[in-house]
Amino acid sequence: MENQFIYWLANPGLNHFLMVSALLFALGLMAVITRRNVIMVLMGVELILNSANLNFVAFSHYTSLSLEGHMIALFVIIIASAEAAVALAIILNIYNRFRTINVDEISNLKG
Amino acid sequence: MNLFAIIFYLFAIVTIGSAVIMVFSKNIVHSAFALMFSLIGLAVFYVLLYADFVAATQLVVYVGGILILILFGVMLTTQGIPEKLEVLIINVWPSAILSSLIAVILFFVFTNTEWNLIQVVERTEVVPELGMLLISKFLLPFQAIGVLLLIAIIGAMLMSTQSKRLNN
Repeated sequence: MENQFIYWLANPGLNHFLMVSALLFALGLMAVITRRNVIMVLMGVELILNSANLNFVAFSHYTSLSLEGHMIALFVIIIASAEAAVALAIILNIYNRFRTINVDEISNLKG
Repeated sequence: MNLFAIIFYLFAIVTIGSAVIMVFSKNIVHSAFALMFSLIGLAVFYVLLYADFVAATQLVVYVGGILILILFGVMLTTQGIPEKLEVLIINVWPSAILSSLIAVILFFVFTNTEWNLIQVVERTEVVPELGMLLISKFLLPFQAIGVLLLIAIIGAMLMSTQSKRLNN
């Protein structure tokens, strides 16, 4: 039992990568929940997207989802970049209008 | 202990550690730099998984693009006032319990699922195959994402210039 665990630990496989991505997902979720700064929320979302990407690439290496996993990861990266550009434009607009980027203080729709 | 395992654990520590620093740091600029190290660690993981093109894209787009954009956003919204760099942290314990619960559930699912593993192939020519996939099977998503990027860029430009006009 003990030897088996050490052997499992010394040979990283699919499960190890999946666990790293699970930890990254949990940390990104925590950043989204705890922070009140819009830019920090955006960074948490980026972390969550990256954890999903790591899952796709790990599955494309270890299972029969071959190069299509790479393609999905690339499309996720492209969409994340578009999302970041639009989100930062929205954040700058919010800052110009309300002079704050605290998500709790931005509560009225008709600024 | 082979080289693969050593590199994996080293960069797992780098990635997770800097993600932890990012989540718990009080200064937003420190958080942004910790996010950079986390993204670089993920690029090393992609190299370990024979996804060199994805790793290069990760470095160029995330570390070179999105992170710089985030730092610009931080600079434009704080305007050099150091007090604004400190960010408020609320709901630490409920969110810690929730996210660790989710992490435990994910661990349980990942370790108890019988994955359909195949014999690992060492790929040598990833980029030509990716290019062929891009112009054959993924042609429609490729075109659609080009249009999406164009729309996003035009929208972002329009939004950020409109705010200036309103102010003046």
